[in-house]
Amino acid sequence: MADISTARGDLKLTRITKTYGDFNAVDDLSLVIPAGSFFALLGPSGCGKTTTLRMVAGLEEPTVGSIHLGTTDITTTKPYQRPINTVFQNYALFPHLTIFENIAFGLRRRGVKDVKEAVDKVLNLVELPHLAERKPTQLSGGQQQRIALARAIVNRPALLLLDEPLGALDLKLRRQMQIELKWIQKEVGLTFVHVTHDQEEAMTMADTIAVMNEGQIEQMGSPADLYDNPETAFVANFLGQSNLIKGTITGSDGDSHVVDLFGQKISLPKNRSHAVDNSIYAGIRPEKFRISRLQTPVNGNVLTGGRIEDVSYIGVSTQYQVAMPWGQELMVFEQNDDGVAPFDKGDEVNISWEPIFTFALRGDEDATAGSEVVPEDLDEE
Amino acid sequence: MGKVKTPYLLLLPGFAFLFTFFILPIANLAQTSTQTPIAGGDTGQYEQTFRLKNYIDAFVENKEQFGRSFLYALIATALALMIAYPLAYAIAFKAGKMKNVLLVLVVAPFFTSFLLRTIAWKQILGEKGFIVPTLRSLGILSEGSTLTSTAFAVVMGMTYNFLPFMTLPLYASIDRIDPRTLEASGDLYANGFTTFRKVTLPLSMPGVVAGTLLTFIPAAGDYVNAAILGSPSTKMIGNVIESRYFKVVDYPTAAALSFTLMAAILILVTIYIRKAGTEELV
Amino acid sequence: MSRASVQAPIPTIPFGARVSRWFGRNLIRIYAIFAFTYLFIPVLYTFAFSFNDGGKSNLIWKGFTLSNWQNPCGAPEVCNALGNSIKIGFLATFFATILGTMIAFAIGRHEFKGRSSSNLLIFLPMATPEIVLGASLLTLFLVFKINPGFWPTVIAHIVFCISFVVVTVKARIASLDPRLEQAAMDLYANEFETFRRVTLPLVAPGIAGAALLSFSLSFDDFIITNFNSGTLTTFPKFIYVSAARGIPPQANVIGSSMFFLALALVIVGQIVSRKRKVS
Repeated sequence: MADISTARGDLKLTRITKTYGDFNAVDDLSLVIPAGSFFALLGPSGCGKTTTLRMVAGLEEPTVGSIHLGTTDITTTKPYQRPINTVFQNYALFPHLTIFENIAFGLRRRGVKDVKEAVDKVLNLVELPHLAERKPTQLSGGQQQRIALARAIVNRPALLLLDEPLGALDLKLRRQMQIELKWIQKEVGLTFVHVTHDQEEAMTMADTIAVMNEGQIEQMGSPADLYDNPETAFVANFLGQSNLIKGTITGSDGDSHVVDLFGQKISLPKNRSHAVDNSIYAGIRPEKFRISRLQTPVNGNVLTGGRIEDVSYIGVSTQYQVAMPWGQELMVFEQNDDGVAPFDKGDEVNISWEPIFTFALRGDEDATAGSEVVPEDLDEE
Repeated sequence: MGKVKTPYLLLLPGFAFLFTFFILPIANLAQTSTQTPIAGGDTGQYEQTFRLKNYIDAFVENKEQFGRSFLYALIATALALMIAYPLAYAIAFKAGKMKNVLLVLVVAPFFTSFLLRTIAWKQILGEKGFIVPTLRSLGILSEGSTLTSTAFAVVMGMTYNFLPFMTLPLYASIDRIDPRTLEASGDLYANGFTTFRKVTLPLSMPGVVAGTLLTFIPAAGDYVNAAILGSPSTKMIGNVIESRYFKVVDYPTAAALSFTLMAAILILVTIYIRKAGTEELV
Repeated sequence: MSRASVQAPIPTIPFGARVSRWFGRNLIRIYAIFAFTYLFIPVLYTFAFSFNDGGKSNLIWKGFTLSNWQNPCGAPEVCNALGNSIKIGFLATFFATILGTMIAFAIGRHEFKGRSSSNLLIFLPMATPEIVLGASLLTLFLVFKINPGFWPTVIAHIVFCISFVVVTVKARIASLDPRLEQAAMDLYANEFETFRRVTLPLVAPGIAGAALLSFSLSFDDFIITNFNSGTLTTFPKFIYVSAARGIPPQANVIGSSMFFLALALVIVGQIVSRKRKVS
């Protein structure tokens, strides 16, 4: 067998299934994570993302399928044989060891004699050199998070796994750490695989996001791809919010489909349609909509007959609920660039948007998929 | 793979030991309990006749002591619970920085031999102690009566000796209660008593169950308190078993009594655990 | 109008209400003080009578002396009994801690067939009255023609200590975050190294506590010892036997010394662990 500990290269998961009893936590999943990337596995609680991560770490074995690092098969190797390190949820710092010894732990196990230099260097990288002799319980959450990261990256692994690494931090610290993590990843040049349920966190840090649902990957791509051109209702709703309107493709106009939405015609770019037949859901993000008074002329796609149902002023923008003639309420976010909310509850309005912002999903999908996910339980295994 | 065998290898030495020196003796005790004296043999010589009537004889002969053992143990357990609960509560919630110190103080008397302390009680409660003369001069205790050699002294001694066994599990349970749940209860219109009954007590139930068991079981089999602080009229079943072994050398009766005691305790404990709904004790 | 007359007087709480409020707040503390008094009366009595110039019988106060403390072995047999108790305590603790810790790891760290019956086997000795444990062991020793004495007593003590060790160590293992062991494995420690560097150090306080508990249970045991020790005298047995004719004050000296020794140990332990946390 080749020396596993020096394996490098892309991480390749091939047709992985992990079964607990008769429940498939991960269901026939294949995935390639290129070396050097910052990759995020994003999904709600129980979608199989943590199980996937644990299989890569070697803490679980797949029921079926194989895992390769470069050309080395690591499917059944022990966690301590893999050149892969993990930043655990809640950090799992050893409470009986000092910070220095926590960081030196992996180096010592691999027989590195002089650990001082490496440990000091990584402590400087995370900007906590003065804490070397403290015990983990004396550190704040944010400091513990950095030490957990230092303890992993000091080993220069081929792959760094981050399991909800920022889940225990408050919002402000989380934002700061997101930026720092991304900077450190660039700095050390390692492959980071990041598991999270927080779409904002995934979008801030990762170059590539795989959205997982029920043990499978729903869609994979750059944050912008996923947001602007979701392929399924789950992705459309889980990443941000979407207005999904039932419709039918009735014709063609060059690069665009002509779509009938409850009797009103709109235009949809053909390359943004993921439908399989004429029955579709037309999707538009709330901030892409514009609201206008009935008499104001507008360009692009227009839906008429709306009535403002609810107005929420939230500072940077105003959110409107607009009731449409067919009974659906659409969500519209308007930037407050002119100071005051110009529409009141009960106003009759039209809604318009640029046709290129339209995307289309299969008409037989559940339009609410991914929109009402229960809040993540942080201790999900 | 070795993994499957590991737990069994770990268990092997300990369980072999427990089998030899716990299960085997108990089985042997069961066997002894149905023996009868060899006709014409010396004292202490018995043969196996599977005489189950030994049990009935032993019980009938000593039903008073059985009743007393369970009654005393029950009263001592109840008293210990009444003393220990507020104590554990005070340590968990009112002690602040003194918490660890007070916990140590609960265990500390343990380190003076319990026999020394029981005998100390005998002397404190005795004729030459300071309590009896005080009570007599106050007219509470009549001239002829005493405090020692009474059921009161035996039960008090048992309560005293098993108090730490009650306090520690109670403390462990109460300490785990989030004080905010008590505040929440108050916020939701429960007065102090209702909060205790509906929130504190249910949450500390595992400690109550563990503490009462750790007190009741040794108390029911105890004979030291009765021997030191009691009189012939406060004899418990433990005293009978002891004298059957050492003075009368009547092993079958002693074995039958031991077995009956153990069975009675196990049945009571099982019913109690079922009722209290706490299976996770060990 | 002057300012003073505008301002309403500060409402005072009536004295009676203040008193009842103070009692309401402190009732439980007062109660705790009573409970501690109850716990310590015989300890103080024992300590006080260790200074009694009472000769062999220590029943009534005859005058203050330090001679008992200067010569704790002055009473016949007392130090011999103490020595036996300490030897038995150490041996029983040593074996019970090893056997019990192994069982605790098996039950606490592994899923296997027969796990719940193992739990039952551990629970049974604790649910068995001491007198039954002692009597049944004696019967067994007699059947095999083994004379009661030192080793039978050690064996008997191991039997009742094992369960307490298992319960204590198991609780510690259960409170261990499994992610710590996973983290060690993730950081290149194999199974053995993980156990040695992470699991064992983290469970160690539980094992130490279990050993301390074993020793104090063994040291203070009378009932089981009485059945299995034959002519061997232990410290509790010495007290029980001499109770009839009066306990020599030297026994009080030893009892009180054990108390202070244990207290000192606990306090030193607390200080050390607190220092470790701070620095």
